[in-house]
Amino acid sequence: MTETPISVSELLTDPAGVPRARAMLQRAEWAGRAFARYDKPAVDAIVGAAAAAGAARAREYAERAVRETGFGVVEHKVLKNVACSTGVVEHYAGHDYVTPRVDAAAKVVEVPRPAGVVLALTPSTNPVATVFFKCLLALMTRSVVVVSPHPMAKEVCADAARALGEAAVKAGAPDGVIQVVDEPSVPLIDALMTDERTSVIVATGGVPVVRAAYSSGTPAIGVGPGNVPVLVDATADLAKAARRIVDSKSFDNSVLCTNESVLIVTEQAATALLRHLKQAGAYLLAPDERDRVAAMLFPGGRFDIRFVGKDASWIAAEAGLRVPNRTRVLLAPFDLVVPEEPLAHEKLCPVLGLVRVPTARRGIDAARAVLRLSGRGHSAAIHSADPQVIMEYGAAVEVLRVAVNVGNSLGSAGLETNLAPTMTIGTGFFGRSSVGENLHPSHLVQWTRLAYNRDPAEPFGDFSGLTPWQAPASRNGAVPPYPVASNQRGDHPATASGGGQAYRPARSELNGSDASALREQIRRLILEELSQLAGG
Amino acid sequence: MTEELISFASKQDMLAKSKQFWNPDKTQFWIDSGVPLVIDRREGYFIYDVEGKRLIDVHLNGGTYNLGHRNPEVAAAVTAAMQRFDIGNHHFPSLARTALAEALISTAPDGLTKVMYGSGGGEAIDIALKSARHATKRRGIVSVAKAYHGHTGLAVATGDERFATLFLADRPDEFSHVPFNDTDAMEAALKARDVAAVIMETIPATYGFPLPAPGYLAGVKKLCERYGALYIADEVQTGLMRTGELWAITKHGVNPDILVTGKGISGGMYPVSAVLATEAAAGWLTEDGFAHMSTFGGAELGCVAALKTLEITGRPEVRSMVHYIAATFTSGLSTIQAQYPDWFTGIRQDGLVMGLEFGHPQGAKFVMKRLYENGVWAIFSTLDPRVLQYKPGILLTPAVCEELLERTEVAIAKARDDAAKGARP
Repeated sequence: MTETPISVSELLTDPAGVPRARAMLQRAEWAGRAFARYDKPAVDAIVGAAAAAGAARAREYAERAVRETGFGVVEHKVLKNVACSTGVVEHYAGHDYVTPRVDAAAKVVEVPRPAGVVLALTPSTNPVATVFFKCLLALMTRSVVVVSPHPMAKEVCADAARALGEAAVKAGAPDGVIQVVDEPSVPLIDALMTDERTSVIVATGGVPVVRAAYSSGTPAIGVGPGNVPVLVDATADLAKAARRIVDSKSFDNSVLCTNESVLIVTEQAATALLRHLKQAGAYLLAPDERDRVAAMLFPGGRFDIRFVGKDASWIAAEAGLRVPNRTRVLLAPFDLVVPEEPLAHEKLCPVLGLVRVPTARRGIDAARAVLRLSGRGHSAAIHSADPQVIMEYGAAVEVLRVAVNVGNSLGSAGLETNLAPTMTIGTGFFGRSSVGENLHPSHLVQWTRLAYNRDPAEPFGDFSGLTPWQAPASRNGAVPPYPVASNQRGDHPATASGGGQAYRPARSELNGSDASALREQIRRLILEELSQLAGG
Repeated sequence: MTEELISFASKQDMLAKSKQFWNPDKTQFWIDSGVPLVIDRREGYFIYDVEGKRLIDVHLNGGTYNLGHRNPEVAAAVTAAMQRFDIGNHHFPSLARTALAEALISTAPDGLTKVMYGSGGGEAIDIALKSARHATKRRGIVSVAKAYHGHTGLAVATGDERFATLFLADRPDEFSHVPFNDTDAMEAALKARDVAAVIMETIPATYGFPLPAPGYLAGVKKLCERYGALYIADEVQTGLMRTGELWAITKHGVNPDILVTGKGISGGMYPVSAVLATEAAAGWLTEDGFAHMSTFGGAELGCVAALKTLEITGRPEVRSMVHYIAATFTSGLSTIQAQYPDWFTGIRQDGLVMGLEFGHPQGAKFVMKRLYENGVWAIFSTLDPRVLQYKPGILLTPAVCEELLERTEVAIAKARDDAAKGARP
């Protein structure tokens, strides 16, 4: 007999696993239906538990993300993982996306209705933080999530999503509240996007992914790429500006869409700024060095993804350059922002284009030119003390957020400004997106408005103390409850409710003093990470 | 082509010919029962009468259509298989039969190691009983009064006389029937140590799904061990995730000597049935593998359908959905029951195996008729017509569950009025 394997491969009618993905959506539909009736305390307990589970493994996932994708900086990813778990939850602590709102003057009651099934497409560059962020936004609004991670980061993302899901379910969330695709593929993602059980797609990734989301026929929130100009004029505190730009450009080795791409500086400020940039860890490439780096990064005019998220010293070494040990950013000077200039395009590594302009007005033109290449709607930065220049810049550049006197990486992402902290930057109509703000929980909840007759003769109802939601109740702590035979249920028959989901979860561990102790611990962790980051 | 082969002047013409050429009594019975159903196309959990009336199928032929009618995944697998296989040759080792046997054993309760195939449930029960007799060298078979295990030679003798005496197929000397949920009666039947096997539906379907009392099945298994009889779990209707576990018997902590599956195992696409047995219970396979034969048993197309069915049914997502669906009916039916407690007197439920009890000896027939009018097909329990068999599919969507509960509520209310008026069921 031969040793040849025997298989009947034609019986594998769907190698991409599409049917299994559809089963996930149907499970998600059930879970979403149950979750949509939870009350605020139950939701808070679930959100807190999921965030804590994410934060507790922030470092582990940061290390694994760098290992799996081969890019980024562990310390910076730790920071983002914490910011996008407990950080985001603390930011929205006072917000309520669950309880109905009553406006007696307008005679309107607003009842929050969650999105339902959120399909979260997450990128390779910002893998775990984006998974955390989207899952938690969904949990806050009582939506359920199916995560489809970027294939390059699928393992760590799947584990991260499961960790949050398990913690959420343990705290009382319905079974299947967070699910994840283990083997993402184009046909699989297409099936998920076009399935009518998907309520909304939240897509972060490359242009093709985002366009596909919008083309699917399913409501979508997609965000496009960045190509961030940063303008510095002579009124700026140049020492601070230089430090902020170098910190921000080198953050996570520049894999974020918010990392600066082209630095535009007025002649008046240039010499001093360059001196400060050098002190902060930037290395100014000489013309021949610049050409070597440009040729290496953009062979044939296209960015070589080999360099995504690699650090400046490594890139310099690859180009055969000797640069100081402490180099964090390579400054690549060029004259004109035009399509044929490779260095004017998005560079997902710590190489920062440098353009000198005679005036701030010319700088604004250059910034507009950067955004004509790509990154419309995304973000820009400016370092200046002149409100008139800042206003003109903001009114001229085609982006929907401008980080002022702060690094763009964490500024436009809302971690160092008072914008909504986010891993998903709405690029708006400029960027062919439906959302122009930083993604926040409100984007995943809509409101049914009970609008009374305006005629004063028609009285408005008394809604005080009324809520349609309840704490889920369960015989055995699970939602749905385990199907125990009706003659073995003892004295605790299931209570009836509209959707059959009236079951009480096990109380979360996040109660009272435990919760505040945990918050304190997390706050300490964030501070520690921040100080490490500031230290270099 | 189809129209030339299957062509009738009208539904009336078709029903007349059905009586003339097929089964006059059964055809007339449904007409008299107010369920003049002739099923034409079918899709998912919907069946359509030839006149276009849509019904939600909550009968599912005892779980045959657990995954819905013409489940697209099963259909695709069978279609693909037909490009390469047919029924196959039952004498030779077969790719599909072996793959399915391995898959079944990997999902089975501990101890089950061998698979024997039939083409339907009755044949599988016969194989199970023959295997038990071979293993124990005893002839006695004990089953539960009002049990239902099929209509073949041995299987029919285990069941109610309703189906056996007409054909002179009852065998009281070898087949004894004991009351359900009565451990003492079971022990009395086993004490003589002449019983080869006790055969038990985990929840007796045709008797209206009376639930085994806590500990009853485990107690029967213990008695079997004490008196040297084998325990045969008939999981034809209760298996395949209907109770929220793949095999209902595992919820009772029983590892049977033999487990029988059929109906839903091949997704309603191509008939196949299977007997899973311990090494000891399947001894004849080692002694004389040609001792039982079945040309269609384990037909390869059926095995492919079953492999796909088992894969779908075993998905964690599906198990989760079944729990959601079960909870939805627990809550929805109890809400209905609370409105008509004197009429809708009880709910027997284990997952998606449900028997609805009504306060009239023929109660379920009234409800069946009104459900039919209201777009739901569910059947009364032949051996206890007070009880309606209510068997929703394991892949039901929330929307269809809600629709089904609404239709059910209306039908139950109307049937109550019918019964109160003293109408004929």
